[in-house]
Amino acid sequence: MENHFEAGIEELRQKLLVMASHAEKSVNEAVQALMQRDHDLALRVKADDDIIDQFEVEIDEMAILLLTKAPLATNLRLVTVAMKISQNLERIGDEATKIAKRARDLSQEPPVKIALDLPHMANLALAMVKDALDAFVHRDAAAARALIPRDKEVDALNKLAHHQLAEYMMANPETIARCLHWIVAAKSLERIADHAKNIAEEVVYLCDAQDIRHTLKN
Amino acid sequence: MAEISMPKLEVAAAKPTLSPAGPFIQIESLSLFYGTSKALKNISVSLGEKVVTAFIGPSGCGKSTLLRCLNRMNDLIDSVHIEGAIKIGGHDIYGPEVDVIELRKRVGMVFQKSNPFPKSIYENVAYGLRLHGVKNKFDLDTRIEESLTASALWDEVKDRLHSSALGLSGGQQQRLCIARAIAIKPEIILMDEPASALDPIATARIEDLILDLKKEFTIVIVTHNMQQAARISDQTAFFYIGELVEFGATRKIFTNPAQKRTEDYVSGRFG
Repeated sequence: MENHFEAGIEELRQKLLVMASHAEKSVNEAVQALMQRDHDLALRVKADDDIIDQFEVEIDEMAILLLTKAPLATNLRLVTVAMKISQNLERIGDEATKIAKRARDLSQEPPVKIALDLPHMANLALAMVKDALDAFVHRDAAAARALIPRDKEVDALNKLAHHQLAEYMMANPETIARCLHWIVAAKSLERIADHAKNIAEEVVYLCDAQDIRHTLKN
Repeated sequence: MAEISMPKLEVAAAKPTLSPAGPFIQIESLSLFYGTSKALKNISVSLGEKVVTAFIGPSGCGKSTLLRCLNRMNDLIDSVHIEGAIKIGGHDIYGPEVDVIELRKRVGMVFQKSNPFPKSIYENVAYGLRLHGVKNKFDLDTRIEESLTASALWDEVKDRLHSSALGLSGGQQQRLCIARAIAIKPEIILMDEPASALDPIATARIEDLILDLKKEFTIVIVTHNMQQAARISDQTAFFYIGELVEFGATRKIFTNPAQKRTEDYVSGRFG
């Protein structure tokens, strides 16, 4: 006899993973569009955001239905964590869309001649998202805990980029509009790393039943 | 109001002061046999005072048997013998000097199926009081009103106290049984699946009542309903085939049990 509740839990997990793959793809493509000044790709990323939004709604519906069946222990943690992870993925999708919009606009303008380390920052943020989702798939609390400090590196790179762009704008006022696009894009990458960190914290709760949010501030 | 004369128990008088969460019921290396069959296996656990403790586990795990040990109801079964000790307030309830009738006054019980006497609502509550020496009508009236109020039934029955208790709904009958149990002022109330035969509204009322009663009483409840245990208990003990598998704060047992068997049971994988 099939355990219908367990089947529902597995369906939720699978749906979350599909949503995660969409969010990861959006971030990848948004960064690619930004770096390669690919106008068409930027438009596609923006259009795909609706798909990720729909996943968030569907996952919440599935989770609420499962909660009416009053899951306990690991299943309870999985359902609540799934809702939080899907919210973070939806916001990652939003940040990818913001980057895509900036990529779309920047692709229509002459390039700004400034040596920003945004590709490195993007790689770090993308790796954090990937590792957080891998930790979820493998229920690996140690891997989740290990990636959390990497958020600080992304924060530092964002600050550096902000500082460099501010100086560049003062020296080259005609580039202000374009530089502001880059500031917003860098900030979005920094937010994506924040969301990856949030997902990692939820994975720790899922695996160890320990709430580590807001405990590692310094 | 007249002083109500109630018989005093030596053990009650000697009850030590305990913190609300301190050990009040101490079960020490308890084993119980039905003939040669071992139904409870070397159980040791301490339950807090004025808290609700839930006993959970699949049918036949021994949870009701252990509950009945707490007021020596199992003494009524010839083939039963026990090893180990149960102490309430530090005193062994299986000691030779213990008066079992007095013990059952201290440790009241409510059963799965409500079992009011075929008498009036008033007489159901008065019965135990009279048995314990309360004869004066004013005292009886006062205690009956107090008990029915505490069991959240007074407003529903105050105008028909002398009607038959059998005319009450299932949920009301169960609350009457709780009123009957608390009328004689026990320290502990044992409940064996008290809401399993009730509809959700009557169940919710019983659960609210249990949460109110724990301000005054120590409550131990056997339930098959995991969500009920999660809603009303402070501590939960999980039993499996006569063994205590896990005991701890209810929040911990239902969100992060330490034992795989507990996880599997509360997740509905067996039982």
